[in-house]
Amino acid sequence: MTEPQPEFRPDAEIPRFPRLAARLLGRMPLLPLSLTLTAYARRIAKSHPGLFRRLGEHDHAEFVLDPTDLPFVICLAPNGGEPKVRLQRGRGNGTARIAGPLAALLGLVHGAFDGDALFFSRDLVIEGDTAAALALRNAVDDAELDLAEELSQMSGPWKAHIARALAFAQRRTGVHLTRPEEIHLW
Amino acid sequence: MVMEIVCPAGTPAALRAAVKAGAHTVYCGFNDETNARNFPGLNFDRAEMAEGVAFAHSHGSKVLVAINTFPRAGAEDIWHRAVDDASAAGADAVILADLGLLAYAAENHTGIRRHLSVQAAAANADVINFYAETFGVKRVVLPRVLSVPEIAAINAETEVETEVFVFGGLCVMAEGRCSLSSYATGLSPNMNGVCSPASHVEYQEEGGELDARLGGYTIHRVGKDEPAPYPTLCKGCFSVDSKKGHLFEDPVSLNAEQLIPQLQKAGVTALKIEGRQRSRSYVAQVVRNFRAAVDALEAGQPLPVGMLARLSEGQQMTTGAYKKTWR
Repeated sequence: MTEPQPEFRPDAEIPRFPRLAARLLGRMPLLPLSLTLTAYARRIAKSHPGLFRRLGEHDHAEFVLDPTDLPFVICLAPNGGEPKVRLQRGRGNGTARIAGPLAALLGLVHGAFDGDALFFSRDLVIEGDTAAALALRNAVDDAELDLAEELSQMSGPWKAHIARALAFAQRRTGVHLTRPEEIHLW
Repeated sequence: MVMEIVCPAGTPAALRAAVKAGAHTVYCGFNDETNARNFPGLNFDRAEMAEGVAFAHSHGSKVLVAINTFPRAGAEDIWHRAVDDASAAGADAVILADLGLLAYAAENHTGIRRHLSVQAAAANADVINFYAETFGVKRVVLPRVLSVPEIAAINAETEVETEVFVFGGLCVMAEGRCSLSSYATGLSPNMNGVCSPASHVEYQEEGGELDARLGGYTIHRVGKDEPAPYPTLCKGCFSVDSKKGHLFEDPVSLNAEQLIPQLQKAGVTALKIEGRQRSRSYVAQVVRNFRAAVDALEAGQPLPVGMLARLSEGQQMTTGAYKKTWR
């Protein structure tokens, strides 16, 4: 069954991560989070090998994903299909930077938003190697990722609880934490 | 008869989204220089094309393969193979622009329909009939420089089906003959399948102002609250003799949704949506919108009011040449 999705309204404001929660998140040690996210990214690499094939010549680029409402950036190195993820305070350095509210980045990953539309409206900012950023955007769009589903699958006995918690969080925050069927967007 | 909605698909996921959203027909290309949207991370390898065609056919939709760049001297076999492979994949038609390639397809693949790409810039009935008589072309995609009465005049003098753009990026140059991108970057849509290629694009934001550059040239500078532009050279904002403005074209999107009844009266067969470089979310939203419009027209109901502005370049829309109100 498809999870209830946040209502899609073209002119709606993109939700921002709560400031207090962001400050608390900023105090967490980043190394364990980085290692967990690397394991998570490698699981996705195994289940979606086409994603890295589609990056082509950019599969060894260094992407800085910058959720502008969080106190750190996510440095993603696809590393030819053996991805590494590193959380870092400050701006980070990479081949290309894609910056925007966390909800915009998650909506983009899940295909709920159109990348060009977010860019035109300046909800999303791209710096550095535009071709690499475009390759990543297109590869992710084709992969039809569902980050919540991937997380549930790697949660062992907690799978059902995690899925329920994420569905609840999605309903409460209006953030696309799961992949909607495009047919349900309008 | 219901007007045919022809939708873009840059990826297999976008193809599935278009079909599920109600596209009658989807157009796409191989991941090489044979198609005019040769962008990083886009397009189909041979296996993906065959799977895409099978998926579309199982849902009652057609697939057209765009092989609409111009073969390089000494490398024609790349384009010939693309036609062979589109035919082998079971595609319903190939969209071609080059005379030599049209001849190759007509001689070697009689079973697959040949459509004339907008890149061929065929803008009158004489040339369209020439393509039909010489290469068996069944449909022509008309350039985005014609008014509705001009399209009606063409349809009155040809049996070839006409397909017109109704939504998406505008290209107001004589398509297939524009060298602006080549001038700034050495790469063009005609030969390399890329206009203003991303590999030559650079954005820089300083103090809220955003500079968009192409091949080192600043094409746009916009203020903090203005929509971000893609630095397509023909849509650049330039300073000439102390006057600043869009010399060739404003960065706006075509939306001819409300002109669909007039286009039908003008004898148009198919309505084409631009945007193979856009996401599956865009494809699904635009297809549903236009499918609802043609279904309403067929049922004799008023056209629904669209919600497509946010998806548009510059977040502004125009009816383009169809109404010929340009300065």
